Amino acid sequence: MTAQAAPAPVKEPEKPAEKRSWWRDDATEPLRRNLGLVAVLIALIIIGIITRPDLYSDGTWVRNNIFTILELASVIGVVTVGMTFVIIGGGIDLSVGAIIALAGVWSTTLATQDYGAGGMIFCALAVGIGVGVVNGILISYGRLVAFIATLAMLVAARGLAAQISGKQTQVSGNTFINDIAANDFLGVPLLVYILAAVVAGGWVLLNRTTFGRRTVAVGGNVEAARLAGINVKRHTLLLYALSGLCCGIAAIMLTSQANSAQAAMANLYELDAIAAAIIGGTLLSGGRGTIIGSLLGVIVFSTITNLFAINNLSTEVQNMVKGGIIVAAVLVQQVQFKSLSLFISRNKLTTSN
Amino acid sequence: MKNASDLSRRRLLLGGAALGAGALLTACTSNEEDEPTGAQTVAAGGNANAAPGTKVTIGFSAPAADHGWIAAITNNAKAQAASYSDVEFKTVEAGADAAAQRAALQTLIAEKPNVIVLLPHDGKELNSFGLSAMQAGIPVVNLDRAFPDAKAYRLQIKGDNYGMGVSAANYVIAQMKAKGVSAPVIGEIAGMDELELTQERSKGFSDTLAQAGFRVANRRAARFTADTGQQEAASLLQALPKMDALWNHDDDQGIGVLAAITQANRKEFFMVGGAGSKAAIEAIQADSGVLKATVTYSPSMASSAISLARLIGQNKGMSDLVELQVPKEITLASETITKENASNYLKLGF
Repeated sequence: MTAQAAPAPVKEPEKPAEKRSWWRDDATEPLRRNLGLVAVLIALIIIGIITRPDLYSDGTWVRNNIFTILELASVIGVVTVGMTFVIIGGGIDLSVGAIIALAGVWSTTLATQDYGAGGMIFCALAVGIGVGVVNGILISYGRLVAFIATLAMLVAARGLAAQISGKQTQVSGNTFINDIAANDFLGVPLLVYILAAVVAGGWVLLNRTTFGRRTVAVGGNVEAARLAGINVKRHTLLLYALSGLCCGIAAIMLTSQANSAQAAMANLYELDAIAAAIIGGTLLSGGRGTIIGSLLGVIVFSTITNLFAINNLSTEVQNMVKGGIIVAAVLVQQVQFKSLSLFISRNKLTTSN
Repeated sequence: MKNASDLSRRRLLLGGAALGAGALLTACTSNEEDEPTGAQTVAAGGNANAAPGTKVTIGFSAPAADHGWIAAITNNAKAQAASYSDVEFKTVEAGADAAAQRAALQTLIAEKPNVIVLLPHDGKELNSFGLSAMQAGIPVVNLDRAFPDAKAYRLQIKGDNYGMGVSAANYVIAQMKAKGVSAPVIGEIAGMDELELTQERSKGFSDTLAQAGFRVANRRAARFTADTGQQEAASLLQALPKMDALWNHDDDQGIGVLAAITQANRKEFFMVGGAGSKAAIEAIQADSGVLKATVTYSPSMASSAISLARLIGQNKGMSDLVELQVPKEITLASETITKENASNYLKLGF
């Protein structure tokens, strides 16, 4: 055996990441995706102006209408932030509406109002987080499928809310709680500030913290996340607790808006929140999504509601339009996802040759 | 080190959770004796029929809804039955849908009641149950939601949904004429649109308005809850920057409608409610807001149903009627409650 000639130095393959950075960048992809929603919003506003020019000619009305749309979006927006985290983390939470009802009813009954606004707010948040933790334990440690665990919670929490409320609408006698929805600061309704705070908090948590990176990792590939040293069970539990916290905040906002709480309140909010997250670009199978996209999704829905209201059109047609938008958004998502996968595989082939 | 920090963090979390739970428990356990949750409208009756007679077992079933009106229906029925020494009252909750109610009623049949009083989830879906019970010799008293087949019930007692709309419209027309408004802007917040009763209410309202040359400028359908009432009202108020009158079908969802009106700081119009809740009657009496009237759809019909079921069981007629038997159909009138007569209706409020 003769000594082999030293192998020729292998040329380092080009780093594909640099080549693809324009579409792989975390910041640009959501922006690209959200541009579609912004376009839809602009289209809806134009339709509003065309159909009711008499209303849109009044500047004060326009300003009020913007805040009305944002107020309509505020409660469901807060819930959607929590839902976005859960979905990105690879789960689903069908119990959000029921948690809001339970937290709202609990904070307006059981002598909780006797403890004042602080007691009511603490109670709503504690119930929200508590139920979220139970969901998390059932899913992560009890190994229940998220769909089943939260579906069971939906039924149970509504039942408990009906039991606690004696099946009656519980009026909030607390003026501070009622004033939250009725008041504004610097001309902007307080509920809009709460929404903005939750959205900002959610954005920071998702994009600028380890918790956010872990959420994406867990939702993207559980096994890889586990091998990377992430405590997947604990993280999943925290995601549901976070969703519960958002529901607790939403319960206070909704109780404030309606001056009351009821076991049937926040009906089907789970579907609205899931729909808003999905049309906002969150992947239902997990691993990808943005808070801003979800917020835009909620605002698109509340703008449709507003548009239908000012044109005196029925709720049924409105629901059909909403359904159409959800289907369209998911189809667009699928097409984008497929072309993305195709692009990745082509690039891999190119670099390996 | 890692374990130690994990442990301390865990302790902190557990400690916090325990503290929170403790505080929550304190809040819960400090609850005072529950006040009655619903109105208990009992017709004592000062007539000969009120005297104890043959023992009657009345089976009762109403949906386990979380709406105040349904809760009041059940409470009223229980209270009315309790006022008679000769009535044994057996109740089953109807569950979540018509199928669940049918199953619950089968268990009730096993108790061999003399009469069954039921508020069906859906009259059409429970029609066959009514038929089979009647064929088995158990008279059925249908409360509020009509059976399509006349053989499926012995007595049908219900509110007047179309009449509610008529009463609300009549009040609006009278007020507009008094104010000299010839083309008023009228809003309407309906209940659940898929229910026939909502459609009847709206039809009564628009038909009557049309006779005066008026029409509904904007109509939103809520879901009989305060939160949906608030949301739909917030939208409607945006659609109608200036309004003369508003009819809201249901006083429970009216809590939210009134909240939206306060939040929008609107007071240029008056509002008419629906059903006749205690809170609404008190607000009308106080005359401090936009709510000036409400049209009745009283859950006191449950008290009347029990009272009449007892008479049917005892084979008696109504003392003010010449007939020897209880009639087959009773439709209650929808009355208009205003500041002037509110005190008369407070006892019926739920």
